[in-house]
Amino acid sequence: MAEIADTALSDNRLADAKRLHEARATRTRRFLLSPAILTIGIVGLFPLTITMIYSVLSPGTYGGVTWELSGEAYIQFLFERDIFDDTLTFSGSYLQIYGRSIGLAFVTTIGALLIGFPTAYFIASKPREQRNLWLFLITLPFWTNLLIRTYAMLLIIRDEGIINLSLMGIGIVEQPVSILYTDTAVFMGLIYSYLPFMVLPLYASLEKLDFRLVEAAYDLYANRLQVLRRVIIPMAKPGIVAGCILVFIPGLGAYITPELLGGGKHLMIGNLIALQFGSSRNWPFGSAAALILMAVVMVALLVYIRNAGKEGARHG
Amino acid sequence: MPVEPSATAGAGKTASSRTMISVDRVTKSFGSGNHLVTALDDVSVKIRENEFFTLLGPSGCGKTTLLRLIAGFELPTSGQILLDGEEIGHLPPYKRPVNTVFQNYALFPHMTVAQNIGFGLEMQGKPKADVDKTVQKMLAMVRMEHLAGRRTDQLSGGQQQRVALARALAPHPKVLLLDEPLSALDLKLRKEMQIELKRLQSETGITFVFVTHDQEEALTMSDRIAVMDTGHILQVGDPKEIYDRPARRFVADFIGDINILNAEMTAVKGDVGEVKLASGATITARLSSASVQPGSVSIAIRPENVGLCGVEDAARTAIGTIENAVYFGSGTNTHIALDGGGTIVARNSGETGAPGERVGVILPDRHLQVLID
Repeated sequence: MAEIADTALSDNRLADAKRLHEARATRTRRFLLSPAILTIGIVGLFPLTITMIYSVLSPGTYGGVTWELSGEAYIQFLFERDIFDDTLTFSGSYLQIYGRSIGLAFVTTIGALLIGFPTAYFIASKPREQRNLWLFLITLPFWTNLLIRTYAMLLIIRDEGIINLSLMGIGIVEQPVSILYTDTAVFMGLIYSYLPFMVLPLYASLEKLDFRLVEAAYDLYANRLQVLRRVIIPMAKPGIVAGCILVFIPGLGAYITPELLGGGKHLMIGNLIALQFGSSRNWPFGSAAALILMAVVMVALLVYIRNAGKEGARHG
Repeated sequence: MPVEPSATAGAGKTASSRTMISVDRVTKSFGSGNHLVTALDDVSVKIRENEFFTLLGPSGCGKTTLLRLIAGFELPTSGQILLDGEEIGHLPPYKRPVNTVFQNYALFPHMTVAQNIGFGLEMQGKPKADVDKTVQKMLAMVRMEHLAGRRTDQLSGGQQQRVALARALAPHPKVLLLDEPLSALDLKLRKEMQIELKRLQSETGITFVFVTHDQEEALTMSDRIAVMDTGHILQVGDPKEIYDRPARRFVADFIGDINILNAEMTAVKGDVGEVKLASGATITARLSSASVQPGSVSIAIRPENVGLCGVEDAARTAIGTIENAVYFGSGTNTHIALDGGGTIVARNSGETGAPGERVGVILPDRHLQVLID
């Protein structure tokens, strides 16, 4: 009898000790997570909350906001209000800016993918000792400020820049080809700025690619194109997705590049938002535009994740 | 062409004498300048149709390079490779009717078992119905029907091995290349797969070229073996020939246990030589090549062919002192220090003497072989 009681007692003790241990582990986890949570809270959620609040207030005359609730910023996004009789007429000009920005970010992403994939494959196929050098070269532009790099780009592509001077020097063209202050210039600038964001995740997944799989596909009568399509690209898919997200999102909100290389001729989302906090002095509208941009990105990502999830379920 | 097991059911015969692969004076070097490494040096070999041919040798001997040259993953520096009479040495892998089973299987992780097996047929542009039919046949052949829809990373090592085999056999290649396919399996599974491989080879009637460093595996499975070392093929023969009549010191050493004695050859008489042992006895030993000249030679004899007798027995070739006797279950290895120098191991299942005892040693002529270094 005494023995049984002892066992029961020690079982209880064991359970207690387990609970205590788990509680302690949870506390440790929370403690270790706290810096990350604090950072996200202070630099992420707090400004986001302010933006949300500002977007439903009224603009102040000299910038800032007045504490008056108003949905005007969101209405303004889609409609034009007549100055005299306050009637609303639909206006697509802001939607057009969004459309153009999304289109440009999309083209930039595709361009970066087409340039980045062979680059990443090239690096991944180098001997291990040489890869770090190539990766270093890829990340080298980050050592210089984006603004300065964009100015450098400007000097290269302007009418009296290296490209045009050499083209005219060889005699291919008589007159300089105007690249600067066009969508092409913005596209070139964006690809140049965001290419490393494409190459690095692509490299990370291509580097893990088992080259024997490529050999196996060759062995099984797949030619080069089929090997690429059926083996290499499916295996690199996580890297392709990550790279595209990393280029598309900042490309969508790019500010410096369209401003400098596009000459501010065609407004992009980033310039539109900046303008509202600057000369337009319409902070609520700027906040609303920023939030709408964020919503577009989030919806796109959610749709992608849901589709990817379904595909994963199909494979499993 | 899809595999037709019924049509090839009679293929369980010995290899025909028709040449399927002819490797003709092939040299393969890697690197350049001071870092030039010659993996294969002027290698020639003929592999027959419907044969289980094994390339056997230690790592770095060039056996995998030779296999990769036949598959098309490497191109020869010089020389020709003929498949069924056609030069294929410079064709890319996807234009050669040859398939490979890789050492670590190299199954496509993003495809199911059935998709893996059907890949080759699909790439050949076969109609979907034919692909499905052949995949079903291959699944049945390797007994994997129940796992057709699985992802390959959910399979055990043995199952992956079967899928790799089915995938390589599905397009019915003229030659199947196997690059140490059993080395990742545990011993029991390896024995099972050895039998399975032999069964598949006789069922399909396809020429198998098998690479291994495991001499026992080579001896049990092969119709013929090529023993390789440092980029050369040293000897080609059936397992019995390789084991009983090793031509070179390396072959003798690499396969099984063997005694090698230094001796002096005094005369050559046809395909045998008259050899004087260190003990003073004169014996005759077989020559593997007519080019062996009289002089100092190595002679080899397997431990199981060394006989023991009494010191006074007239049949003895030499006399020695027992150093020790090692019992290993099915027999005993007796190490004997010979008078006049050298030690020899005799393997027998009967009684043997105690250390220190004097014994007579019998070296039968028909088991003695003169080696080329």
